[in-house]
Amino acid sequence: MALPVYASTGQRVWHYAFRVICGLIFFYLIAPILVIIPLSFNAQDFFTFTPEMLHLDPAGYSLKHYHDFFNNIDWQLPLWNSLKIAPMATLIAVALGTLAAVGLSQSHVPFKGAIMAILISPMIVPLIISAAGMYFFYSRIGLQGTYWGVVLAHAALGIPFVIITVTATLVGFDKSLTRAASSLGAGPLRTFWKVQMPLILPGVVSGALFAFITSFDEVVVVLFMGAAGQKTLPWQMFTGLREQISPTILAAAVVLIAVSIFMLAALEMIRRRNERLRGLTPA
Amino acid sequence: MADATISGGLPQGRGAKTASPGGPMLAADGTPLRASLARSLRRQKMRALLLIAPLLLFILVTFVMPIGDMLFRSVENHIVADTLPRTVAALRDDPSEVPGEPVFRAMAEDLQVAVEEKTHTQLGTRLNYESSGMSSLLRGTGRDVKGMGEDVAKAVTGLDDAWEEPGTWVALLADPAWVQTQAEWAAADDKSPEPAFAASAAATERLPRTVEAYQAFAHVTQADDGDSVTEEEPWNLAYVALADDLRADPGAAEAFEGDNRARLDALSAAVADGTVPAVSYRDMFVESDDAWGEPGTWSVLRTFSSRFTPGYYLNAVDLKLGPNGIEMREPKDRIYLQLFVRTLVMSLVITGTCILLGYPIAFLLANLPERTANLLMILVLLPFWTSLLVRTSAWKVLLQQQGVINDILVWLGIVGDGNRLALINNQTGTIIAMTHILLPFMILPLYSVMKGIPKSYVRAAKSLGANDWTAFWRVYFPQSVPGIGAGSILCFILAIGYYITPELVGGTKGVFISNRIAYHISDSLNWGLAAALGTILLAVVMLLYWAYDRLVGIDNVKLGG
Repeated sequence: MALPVYASTGQRVWHYAFRVICGLIFFYLIAPILVIIPLSFNAQDFFTFTPEMLHLDPAGYSLKHYHDFFNNIDWQLPLWNSLKIAPMATLIAVALGTLAAVGLSQSHVPFKGAIMAILISPMIVPLIISAAGMYFFYSRIGLQGTYWGVVLAHAALGIPFVIITVTATLVGFDKSLTRAASSLGAGPLRTFWKVQMPLILPGVVSGALFAFITSFDEVVVVLFMGAAGQKTLPWQMFTGLREQISPTILAAAVVLIAVSIFMLAALEMIRRRNERLRGLTPA
Repeated sequence: MADATISGGLPQGRGAKTASPGGPMLAADGTPLRASLARSLRRQKMRALLLIAPLLLFILVTFVMPIGDMLFRSVENHIVADTLPRTVAALRDDPSEVPGEPVFRAMAEDLQVAVEEKTHTQLGTRLNYESSGMSSLLRGTGRDVKGMGEDVAKAVTGLDDAWEEPGTWVALLADPAWVQTQAEWAAADDKSPEPAFAASAAATERLPRTVEAYQAFAHVTQADDGDSVTEEEPWNLAYVALADDLRADPGAAEAFEGDNRARLDALSAAVADGTVPAVSYRDMFVESDDAWGEPGTWSVLRTFSSRFTPGYYLNAVDLKLGPNGIEMREPKDRIYLQLFVRTLVMSLVITGTCILLGYPIAFLLANLPERTANLLMILVLLPFWTSLLVRTSAWKVLLQQQGVINDILVWLGIVGDGNRLALINNQTGTIIAMTHILLPFMILPLYSVMKGIPKSYVRAAKSLGANDWTAFWRVYFPQSVPGIGAGSILCFILAIGYYITPELVGGTKGVFISNRIAYHISDSLNWGLAAALGTILLAVVMLLYWAYDRLVGIDNVKLGG
């Protein structure tokens, strides 16, 4: 992409204009998220920068919204609900999803296409439709408005991500390794845990991260499936945004941004580790 | 030796023994190799299926069945047939526009039962979706139905006090065997419900309407209220039915004995001489509400008496099932087609802006050195990973009239302080926020396609004399089209099903079909219509998904670059 020395004026102008355009688009992508961060330290209950903040006056900044977030029961209860629901949904999704992905990667699977389509469907169907169907069906069987109802629904939504990431790692899996393990006398379970699992672990972990964030960020399904007792953090934010918007929501948003940065970093580490390993083992 | 080729992977010496020349190849345990391999293949398939089965079962129960439930609800229409069973049956025999007395009598019984069970308001709500006014009609007549036939009941009890006694009715109508079991039940006093009332053969034959009306009363009394029929005076309906039966069959008393016979004889005489007046349910219904005398009311009941209905789907596309077949709704009620069109147009606009903004970014990332590209990729992935609600709240905060963007515009002098731009609670707000949310879904597939385009092609084009634009437009762009296709379908699928963002920043003009579905589920409680709208949306998404699968393949869905 470097500009060659022989470039004409027009080419030069376009070269820099293109970069400026791209810069503006990047700005559009990232600015809304970054702007939230300083705004959440506002000492006033405003959603815009106060003159004090613009003059970098320390009096213009405070932690009061964070203080409210971590002490107000209206926010703490949803936070704990989210932390109770997401890991359980992740656990179910990862356990069942990994097992099925291993099954799907076998060489002879009857109806593979149809099975795959069914397993991926929760990712394709618009959330509002999933939510509507689950609301109708789960109220029939008495799961609507219960902890397990929400957990099962979220697990179903997270499963496609686990399937996709784990099958992707299994594609590159060398089957002679399991054969070697069996020939050396390891049973199927031992082979799975000692040989296959450590190798597909990156896929499992990134699948788990996706399943976790799916549940942790999900609001449409929980809005219909949950009762007041299952109110999650996104739900509380949604009500806050729809009804009376309180600045504490900015503090909650920054906490969630921190969570997503952590997720992104974790995924990046897995990716780097993979690349390093791939570099070491001959293809 | 054809079989030997199958054993390709097996080590010859260990896995297979050579049998006599020309005979089948044998495995180590002596079975033919072909059978042995087939068995092992079968076992492999079984193992794979066993591993998949738990998840498949889980998804079927937690996800596929709910979707199936939704499809079922979009055509299900049990409420009319369940709430008004006698009326529906009577209507079948009466094709006239405004039906005759038997239908009104059935309606009186059904409505009395429905009022006792408090289901008539649900029925009214359901029928109100089809024709406004049905709800108030059913509520109003529901209040009146208890009083219908009051003068008949007064006349009968005025003739003989014994008709006020619950015991008189039981003695007249009950099956002796039931009287026996009822007595045993009363003696046991074990809080179980009273045995279901059974009528005697004589009563069923000679007093059919009375038995029918009394059965309805007995069912409600026993099953719903948990009371005993021996302690409750029957409804007015039973008195009217008894008078009607005696009018139709004056000699009915001969089938009975003792007190019953004497009372029926006396009553029969009173009916004949007009002491007990003849009443018409039809007149009483019309007196309660003129609408009962209008053909429109009955055509609605008739149309929606079947157990399955296309009504919700017709409603979802602004049609309705009228007396003369399918017709358009009133212009003021036509909202869904417009909403579908708006959803599609807005999704197209959002997809278009995503292409416009995503293409340069993907191009830049694909052509920069790896290290810089990875760094810039963070700017794409961070929004991708950030909670949807965080991004929506950010836009809600930024786009407000007193928000950061308007502040900056005022500060720059582009707009005056007095006329700040309305950027939120309209279509502009929805487009700005949703483009931001869906942009990574466009950039990532585009990027992965552009990474695979060899740079030498463009160089070759230039060396053959193409200028920058021709090289890009004739050589590079056509190769990136699959990426545009994949990204567009992905964005479009996601956009048409969006709920949260339009709900929060869309106001009234920027909402999508999803918002209407949510409204019908939680506010208007018109679940059938919500299910029908959802099914239509699902069909559109499935179609697009099929196209996506043909174009890209589900196996190629990439997550997070």
